[in-house]
Amino acid sequence: MSGHSSYTPRTGIERWLDARLPIIRLGHDAAVSYPVPRNLNYFWTFGGILMFMLVAQIVTGIVLAMHYTPMSSVAFSSVEHIMRDVNYGWLMRYLHANGASMFFIAVYIHIFRGLYYGSYKAPREVLWILGVVIFLLMMATAFMGYVLPWGQMSFWGATVITNLFSALPLIGETIVTFLWGGYSVDNPTLNRFFSLHYLLPFMIFGVVILHVWALHHVGQNNPTGVEVKNVAKDTVPFTPYATIKDLFAMVCFIFVFSWFVFYMPNFMGHADNYIPANPAVTPLHIVPEWYFLPFYAILRAVPDKLGGVLAMGGAIVVLAFLPWIDSSKVRSMTYRPIARQFFWMFVVVCIGLGWLGAKPAEGGYVIASQILTTLYFGFFVALFVIGLFERPKALPTSIADSVLGAMKGGSGARLATATAAEPNAKG
Amino acid sequence: MAQTTHTTTHGATPPEGTRRDFLMLATGAAGVVGLGAVVVPLVSQLAPDAQTVAAGAPIDFDLTPVAEGQGVKLVWRGQIIFVRHRTKKEIDEARAVNVASLRDPQADQARVKQGHEQYLVLYGKCTHLGCIPSGTAAGEPKGEFDGWYCPCHGSHYDSSGRIRKGPAPLNLGLPPYAFTSDTKIRIG
Amino acid sequence: MTTLPFRLALLGLAAGLGAALAQPASAAEERVIPPALRWSFSGPFGTFDRAQLQRGYKVYKEVCANCHSASLIAFRNLSQPGGPEFSTGQITALAATYQIKDGPNEQGEMFERPGRPADRFPAPFPNDQAARAANGGAYPPDLSVLAKARSYERGFPTFIFDMFTQYQEQGPDYIAALLAGYKDPPPAGTPELQPGQYYNTYMPGHLIAMPQPMQDGQVEYPKLPNGQPSAPETVAQYSKDVAAFMVWMAEPHLEARKRLGMQVMLFLLIFGSLLYYTKKKIWARMPDGSPAH
Repeated sequence: MSGHSSYTPRTGIERWLDARLPIIRLGHDAAVSYPVPRNLNYFWTFGGILMFMLVAQIVTGIVLAMHYTPMSSVAFSSVEHIMRDVNYGWLMRYLHANGASMFFIAVYIHIFRGLYYGSYKAPREVLWILGVVIFLLMMATAFMGYVLPWGQMSFWGATVITNLFSALPLIGETIVTFLWGGYSVDNPTLNRFFSLHYLLPFMIFGVVILHVWALHHVGQNNPTGVEVKNVAKDTVPFTPYATIKDLFAMVCFIFVFSWFVFYMPNFMGHADNYIPANPAVTPLHIVPEWYFLPFYAILRAVPDKLGGVLAMGGAIVVLAFLPWIDSSKVRSMTYRPIARQFFWMFVVVCIGLGWLGAKPAEGGYVIASQILTTLYFGFFVALFVIGLFERPKALPTSIADSVLGAMKGGSGARLATATAAEPNAKG
Repeated sequence: MAQTTHTTTHGATPPEGTRRDFLMLATGAAGVVGLGAVVVPLVSQLAPDAQTVAAGAPIDFDLTPVAEGQGVKLVWRGQIIFVRHRTKKEIDEARAVNVASLRDPQADQARVKQGHEQYLVLYGKCTHLGCIPSGTAAGEPKGEFDGWYCPCHGSHYDSSGRIRKGPAPLNLGLPPYAFTSDTKIRIG
Repeated sequence: MTTLPFRLALLGLAAGLGAALAQPASAAEERVIPPALRWSFSGPFGTFDRAQLQRGYKVYKEVCANCHSASLIAFRNLSQPGGPEFSTGQITALAATYQIKDGPNEQGEMFERPGRPADRFPAPFPNDQAARAANGGAYPPDLSVLAKARSYERGFPTFIFDMFTQYQEQGPDYIAALLAGYKDPPPAGTPELQPGQYYNTYMPGHLIAMPQPMQDGQVEYPKLPNGQPSAPETVAQYSKDVAAFMVWMAEPHLEARKRLGMQVMLFLLIFGSLLYYTKKKIWARMPDGSPAH
């Protein structure tokens, strides 16, 4: 898919540089001439949106770090100092806090898009696994970032999550003490979390580069799951086609983002985090940030300490094995009638787990969590089993056929309604 | 634009007709405006914050403990302020100089408050690269002109705080201050 | 198609889930949801009512500040745009009526001096322990961000609607209801109150350590030319005013935020439409000029 480069240096300087450091060629091949399947729908814009979010978080984060003090006695008031006294400090902080939520919204859409269209299947396994690594790093970064304002939820969230490691036999307690740098969550913990919270985004950035490299090597998947056969007919150049579409989607996304930042900046946060951390009082209902809730529900569904931790970890790690779990050769769920129903059930299960994660761990909620946890893992078993007997619908012969056929009334190749409703079909 | 699009390769520079297109121009312009607007808060946050600005409230200082020939250092807005109670000799020296011959010509009279010529109030910051010149506390080197001497790059200031020798371009600065009584000043 | 057994299994699961959720969860603390009040600062165009904030400050100063600190707020904040907007002269005079501990001086001693606009509101107690000791063991929380620190679950699906209606005034609703929610004697059936306990309808669990802080007529409001107070001097009005003041303390840049928000939203709408049409134009044809679809 990478093909040979179509870059021709125009000026003397460009030729000189190209012979020494072909960086313009790299940019041209990656972001200008790179062929993109012409039938991508708007779910494919989330990669670009995520890149934007990562940069936005890094930029606002660097600004916040200029004014924040990672010391347990003043961390809370230094955040309030940012909110009150620093010029546009409130904007930076609300962008960063809501940005974390928006980042996760985008990443979940991105992941579910990959799931639906089978973007993890050969030859994109490494691309997918790198994605899971990015997801894990994001979770670690978000968790440590949430600790920094040193409110009640910061403190008790840190206490509960770090205590997860104490479930490990033999070394658990030692690990926890080393995480804390003491015998409880305290100033040393805050200091190292700040340090790591600053470091991890750059590690994410590094893995993102690998992720994009892998993507550009194998080429993008598309809603049909049929590989590109004829570059001229099946693809369009990244610029201007994908660039403009990504930009449009990004602005729509920023609109939603701005809605929260400017009009309800604390909607996705928790009120208790405006109470300064108090090691002597645990809030009545500890809940993690919303994006961790499904995993939190899985953790609490298992009545055993170590078992819960393993189940929660497994719920993420299992994703990395998906390329080998799914036994079907057909990528897109559009052509998989049975698997598709399971996919939507899986979406509902994840939302249900998220809802349960916010509920107290008692009575019927626990039983419901256990049922949904079973279904969560059941989805992966189902993907293996279904692939063995499912009879997929007829695939379009090529991407071009699917696009042109769909416009003639959709009788030829059938596209899922969700994907065919793409605005460019109207233009 | 349709009649101009005949590129067959994926080289993909938009054709000339498109580039001059009003829609493209408007979109591009809006994008530039948006990017520009983003820069405003990012740069503005670097300026002193409201607390820092407000904390620059005036400070009062009682001069009585500063005996003739002595000096003290105060802090206002995070900056060092020199207060020196000059001797007759120091004042005379400062006034004997031919003002026109100075690098930064300024009469001593313009650097003190009338009726309080013995008190010199200065920013304690070398105008070269911002070090604190020595010469305020007893025993510190005062340089060749009975004033201050900057240890960093060897600037000499006279007993009026004017630059006389060395790399500094300007005299030591004068903070805003006023006498609230014969022995009290308010800086700021 | 294997969809029938699949659907049956789904039904079974749903039934199981329903049964699980129907199980009574142990009763959480009883809590009465406060009524949603009308606030001038709600919604995308909301701004503070200056007169209300000034009244609220008076209530805070004369009532709340006797026990509660608001350590993040400085006198200068009272004159900044988007707040009560007292004049600079007013707040300089106001600050000077307070004695602020400063020092050490040359002799190494702490001393007191009149307050300046840059000083924070002085706390009524020197430390948490003293505050606790003076209040029967209960710590009067700092009020600086309390309006954002108090909330209640809106539940599904209300919280989804809230995203669109922008309802986010749980804090002031709760504070206003709580301050006016004392019942003495408590309603029948309440377990006997211990000393230092009071009955409040809106406190979760109903038992509160703060005695009823205000009575009708306790705080005098500015008079209109006809001699009447500019707002009713009642507990209900005091509660609303001080709750609004607390929202401002917690979110002093609320007005600037909503104003900038409107500008950003308008820009995004324009930029977004331009991008949409540009995108349509580009996607109309393939690079070779053939129709894209």
